[in-house]
Amino acid sequence: MLAERVSQLNAEYARAIDDDRLERWPEFFTDPCLYKITSADNYRRGLEAGLIYADSRGMLQDRVAALREANIYERQAYRHLVGLPAIRSGTNGVVHAETPFLVVRVMRGGAMDLFATGRYVDTMVEDGGVLRFRERLVVCDSSRVDTLLAIPL
Amino acid sequence: MAGSDPRREWPGASLARVPYWVYQDEPNYHAELRRIFEGPTWSYVCLESDVEKPGDYRTTFVGEMPVIVVRGAAGEIHAFENRCAHRGALIALDDSGTTGSHFQCVYHAWTYDLQGSLVGIAFEKGSNGRGGMPDSFCKADHGPRKLRIATLHGLVFAGLSAEAPPLEEYLGADVLGRIRRVLHKPVRVMGRFVQALPNNWKLYVENVKDTYHASLLHTFFGTFRITRLTQGGGVLVSPDGGHHASTTIARADDAQSTAYREQGIRSEKERYRLADPSLLDAVDEFGDSIQLQILTVFPGFVLQQIHNCLAVRQVLPKGPNAMELHWTYLGFADDTPEMRRRRLKQSNLVGPAGYVSMEDGCVGGFVQRGVAAASEQLSVVNMGGEGAESQDTRATEASVRGFWKAYRRYMGE
Repeated sequence: MLAERVSQLNAEYARAIDDDRLERWPEFFTDPCLYKITSADNYRRGLEAGLIYADSRGMLQDRVAALREANIYERQAYRHLVGLPAIRSGTNGVVHAETPFLVVRVMRGGAMDLFATGRYVDTMVEDGGVLRFRERLVVCDSSRVDTLLAIPL
Repeated sequence: MAGSDPRREWPGASLARVPYWVYQDEPNYHAELRRIFEGPTWSYVCLESDVEKPGDYRTTFVGEMPVIVVRGAAGEIHAFENRCAHRGALIALDDSGTTGSHFQCVYHAWTYDLQGSLVGIAFEKGSNGRGGMPDSFCKADHGPRKLRIATLHGLVFAGLSAEAPPLEEYLGADVLGRIRRVLHKPVRVMGRFVQALPNNWKLYVENVKDTYHASLLHTFFGTFRITRLTQGGGVLVSPDGGHHASTTIARADDAQSTAYREQGIRSEKERYRLADPSLLDAVDEFGDSIQLQILTVFPGFVLQQIHNCLAVRQVLPKGPNAMELHWTYLGFADDTPEMRRRRLKQSNLVGPAGYVSMEDGCVGGFVQRGVAAASEQLSVVNMGGEGAESQDTRATEASVRGFWKAYRRYMGE
């Protein structure tokens, strides 16, 4: 079942991030790809800029490398709750889906805050027998980010 | 400064010492809103292109004062307090929109023209001869406060005080030239984001002016040799201290520099290569080899050029311990598709998730939390001496001292 495969992909994706296995994160994408974090407002208005904008697997790897080696931020973790995908179409091996998400950020001091809600607007393709994201637009419901966004959504 | 609270004393005339209570004290915060944001200063409110046609408006803030900026019928821009003269409710409730010839408060339908003048009161004459406003009530005597407007290279600034000098004079010729250098043709908005920061607004403004921290805190820069204190460049401080522009210029001998290694600084130790170096595929679009220019206008405006990544940032105070940073990412209206894509990629450098700016989102909070019990202690701002003059190095805190020079003058210290 396609819906099951998409849900499984989303589940594996969320686990990789929440379990701090970020090095796995680029593998969920094709190369080239598009990964962008934006807001519903920018998305609706057709404003293209993203908080994170990557159009290759290399750029995703660089994001992880920067988080590991260069960027400074307080220790924190996410807990993703990913909803059921609404499959828009799934023909010729190209799947379009929209999936709601909610992310709680857990800071080193123990504070747990609702950090982001939104929807993944995805295009997935079969790539080497695996379903991968050719495009994952992370459309956050709010344009407001608390403090900083380090770990990808 | 007069006052019974001993914590509110400045330690002396030196600009190189700053007491920590300035980031904490509630009465001082409210004095700042009155004397600085609502005082004889200019605050950035929006882009001219945000209010392109008559009736187009944006809502924003000057300090904590809610403000409507709107394009009038004849093409002029007006700004007035977003507060109904009747009971004080917000007049406009959206971030932006288009209205016809007036605004109407939702509470009791009092109406305002595009200049912010009260022009209509529902049931002004009452109903069936009963009720209504007294005959003595004069609409012209009531209305939200109106702000002065000045535009500059597509930017709209507003101020409440008649005492502020004209914007060009306020900025001075040098800073004006630095704004013109970047905003020399029509811009196009590429995106907007808001970043909520857990710190006093001044900690962010100081951070932007602080050329010393750039390559020390932001190790992405150092690791990829995008900017180093050993590169060329310097900091321009306006004569009144309040505004600044820092620049970084490409210099060929940088690759041989060992200054960082000799000092054993963190940013030199770890070196890695980008898997996709297209991120840094920058072009010298201004034709002057200036790779970075960060500019501030007192009290809370930032214009940023980091390679081809352009943005304006608006600093909005939200109480002594909180602020919002409103980012507007820009390109030019005549950008080619290649240039647009280049800017989109480079936008990874800035913003709440920026490779060279995410630390600025948390470091103000580190100070705010660090000084929690130290309101009478002093911050040391001594790099590059005691003065607030322009310097041809970025290993200085001259423009931070410039901020305090202007700040203390506006606050009457």
